[in-house]
Amino acid sequence: MGAEQVLVITGTRKGIGRYLSEYYLEQGWTVAGCSREESDLRHDRYVHYCLDVADEAGVKQMMFDLQKRFGGVGGLLNNAGIASMNHILLTPLTTVQRIFNTNVIGTFLFCREAAKLMQRARYGRIVNFATVATPLNLEGESIYAASKAAVESLTRVLARELAPLGITVNAVGPTPVQTDLIRSVPQAKMQSLLARQAINRFGVMRDISNVTDFFLRRESDFVTGQVLYLGGV
Amino acid sequence: MRTGAAMLEKPSVLELIYATIDEVNQTRPPDRQVQKRPETALFGSASILDSLGLVNVIVGVEQRIAEQFGIAVTLADEKAMSQRNSPFRTIDTLADYVLSLANA
Repeated sequence: MGAEQVLVITGTRKGIGRYLSEYYLEQGWTVAGCSREESDLRHDRYVHYCLDVADEAGVKQMMFDLQKRFGGVGGLLNNAGIASMNHILLTPLTTVQRIFNTNVIGTFLFCREAAKLMQRARYGRIVNFATVATPLNLEGESIYAASKAAVESLTRVLARELAPLGITVNAVGPTPVQTDLIRSVPQAKMQSLLARQAINRFGVMRDISNVTDFFLRRESDFVTGQVLYLGGV
Repeated sequence: MRTGAAMLEKPSVLELIYATIDEVNQTRPPDRQVQKRPETALFGSASILDSLGLVNVIVGVEQRIAEQFGIAVTLADEKAMSQRNSPFRTIDTLADYVLSLANA
């Protein structure tokens, strides 16, 4: 098995990350997942690391271990993310720091450390996770949308910086998918959000893996710095 | 930042940097090869490396330290990027800098 078939996915314990892990295991990838807590996913091609994505030492150690085990990595899905809905006047600073730590610093650290491994093979596929909340400027999601706006900027700039190393960097911007992330959002709020999409339905997991499939393909070597929103946003 | 407990010495660090230079040189034209000597400039006007070339050397050295000595160091930390006398000036200063981090 070559390092090119090793896929790092962050936030794999539940939700979209769990789905993507199982999906890419089925496709024959070796998956290296991580989350703050243990995972109950068991597969002979799955390895799990317990870490906080914003912990530099932990991320470096994970990549160091993957280099030793597999000789590198071929893909990275920066899925780990948290959200919090609140009016700006009621948003505690600690919430802002928590969201930026996971969504921005976590994405940055994984991009940097994975790219260090990928550049030796002059090959890599990085997919970051954006959101339709950014282009829709959703009220109540200022910090989440701002953190993902930062992820979009990172994606576009890293695409240029890493292009000479054979690494593409793109992002998928999902619509709401029925996971824990939106569990506490009121129903009426969700319906008005869906109404702003060209296609008015919740996203499903397969919508996301359809896009990550495209970005991960070897043939997508001329596609970089793109943010692809789902649902016609 | 470091994790691990191996003690590094200068000759082995220089050897490791030269191995990285060998790898980097494979992607460079014959008349733009980086010379494997302690006094070779890596950074600044005297260097034949462009910014991406320097990035390749630094990342390559980081990775080799991790592989060969089991030590996770970050060479491009805030201190290194702000030092008036950059530790990336020459192969020799880079070797000293690696030793100072790895044996801290």
